[in-house]
Amino acid sequence: MACIDPSGTLTITAKFLLKSLAEQPLSPEDIAARLGEPLFRVRGNLRELSGADYIEEDGGLYRLTEKGRKEV
Amino acid sequence: MQSSTDAVPLAPRSLPRIGDPAPPFTANTTFGTLKLEDFKGSWLILFSHPADFTPVCTTEFIGFAEIQPQLRELNCELMGLSIDSVYSHIAWVRNIKEKMGVDINFPVIADLDKEVATLYGMINPGESKTETSRAVFVIDDKQVVRGIIYYPLTTGRNMQEILRLVKALQTSDAHGVATPANWEPGRQVIMPPPKTAEDAAARVASPGVECKDWYFCKKDL
Repeated sequence: MACIDPSGTLTITAKFLLKSLAEQPLSPEDIAARLGEPLFRVRGNLRELSGADYIEEDGGLYRLTEKGRKEV
Repeated sequence: MQSSTDAVPLAPRSLPRIGDPAPPFTANTTFGTLKLEDFKGSWLILFSHPADFTPVCTTEFIGFAEIQPQLRELNCELMGLSIDSVYSHIAWVRNIKEKMGVDINFPVIADLDKEVATLYGMINPGESKTETSRAVFVIDDKQVVRGIIYYPLTTGRNMQEILRLVKALQTSDAHGVATPANWEPGRQVIMPPPKTAEDAAARVASPGVECKDWYFCKKDL
């Protein structure tokens, strides 16, 4: 997986993405612009982090969960 | 022996054609799990190559990497595919960096179960049952197949033609025109032929339009 390595540790990519959500919920497009990453890559990462309960989606915006906030 | 009442008719497999929605998929790639829908809003060149660690494919990967910046300027992403493991892809991409000095910054699908290759008709059994041919699918930002190119195992693709195809399609979309043979940006485009006698008369009288005949008119953009 791109965001969580086989040992269950968040990758650098994942940490940067989570940090980008520290202040406010963002759309995938906003996250891609902030990180300078292609949108497709951000979408894939968001799906993975959402599946692992680090973030949650509401109305097209992503925000940190409690689990995600602990990593920031 | 099965009776005709037991037989389940196989649904005919229809390969994606120009104008069809690009078949959705979820794939294991060198960038993690990606879905076709992740590329919505961007154009995508989905291409297959026969095998990692082979010479013609290596030249093609280098070629795709070289045109990637220009594709990005056209809001177009790249994604490769072969029937190899993700470990083979990772090793090969690292080898290209080490031996050729080229970074491969696009995802490559590890299609070991041939699911995406089969969905897109990338395997030509007369050539090889275990490797994909050199297929290129140009998929637009609404995830519709807009162009298809097939090359044989022996012949590397022309990157400039792939780039030209994307530019031509986007020009057609933006301006409602067609592009003639060997078109390059900056050259005249073709106006769609009129569909009524009245429009045909108006067309040949239009300023700024060069017509050989009512159905054959070009103009500058």
